[in-house]
Amino acid sequence: MAELSMEQLTHEYFDVLKELGNIGAGNATTALAELINCKVDMMVPQVRLLEFQELGEIIGGEEQILVGIYLQVEGDINGSMMFTLPQESALHLVNKLMSGMLGIPERPIEEMEFGEMEVSAMKEVGNIITGAYLNALSTITNMMIYPSPPDLGIDYAGALLSVPAAEFGIYGDNILLIQTKFSDDIDLDGYFILIPDMDSYQKILHALGVM
Amino acid sequence: MSEIIKVGMADWKVCAGDDGLTTLGLGSCVGVAIRDPKSGIGGLAHVMLPDSTQTASNTNRAKFADTGITDMVAEMVKRGANISNMVAKLAGGAQMFAFGSTKSDMGRVGERNAAACMAKLKELKIKVIASDTGENYGRTVIFYPKTGVYTIKAVGRPEKEI
Repeated sequence: MAELSMEQLTHEYFDVLKELGNIGAGNATTALAELINCKVDMMVPQVRLLEFQELGEIIGGEEQILVGIYLQVEGDINGSMMFTLPQESALHLVNKLMSGMLGIPERPIEEMEFGEMEVSAMKEVGNIITGAYLNALSTITNMMIYPSPPDLGIDYAGALLSVPAAEFGIYGDNILLIQTKFSDDIDLDGYFILIPDMDSYQKILHALGVM
Repeated sequence: MSEIIKVGMADWKVCAGDDGLTTLGLGSCVGVAIRDPKSGIGGLAHVMLPDSTQTASNTNRAKFADTGITDMVAEMVKRGANISNMVAKLAGGAQMFAFGSTKSDMGRVGERNAAACMAKLKELKIKVIASDTGENYGRTVIFYPKTGVYTIKAVGRPEKEI
């Protein structure tokens, strides 16, 4: 197997990565719809390879406050994964989940904040969304992928994304971003960032029979 | 008219006079602010990884603590600053998520970034006069080389100066 850089790999197999993003995000959308018990639409995901400097602009500014779900991935591949969405979108999901499962009446988003209960509910949402995404990846590549329990951060977009950026930074100067827009009553602008280490990247492509 | 110059991720900028330098949403990255109080020349580096010698992909020198700080200090000297006058302040290097990575040191990258910056500054004999690093939250920073004021903002916390 020839040694290729992250940039070369990504450019060469962009369509494959896009399709992976599509399948993963599609699965995650279905899981989300079941969880909050309502119809969730998904746009075709946008897959982008961005320079670090562009990262902030794409996701709406480095100082936008996002909720980030971050977990480690082990098994046949190693790496990590992050799912981010804006704070309001996250509260919207938490609202739906808590009213559906616990019978707590839905509250206006403006009056909500992330207390212990909301954080816990959001972790569960994150767990299910990322789990569904990784399941899809595992099925099509026929590889074992074990996610760690997720951790959750609520902070500046730049600060949260610095974590996957630093991991990508070991291999190059770009970050691979899969943007997924969901909507039920409102639009939910979510991003998946899968960060396999370099060997795993090649393993994934190999498992798909493209290299 | 003074302006605030933006420093992106894995980049550094140098300025003088009344201008300021800012970098938004530092997480595990470290904002290294250096100035020469006599000439009023200062710089801000947004360091992302600790060590350029540990990675194959090191073409962007600004990304690393060792090469980034070296290059920025060299540019400041080129513009008329004196290295023996220089002092530094650090912010950032947070651990944004709780778990320590099992397979790599990436879980502690914030801590390692801050340590690498300290080591490089010590090697260059630039004194670190203040720092606000670690913890688990993001920081937005603004640095004014003329006065040396380094302002730090964080979500849900009062603004502070170091």
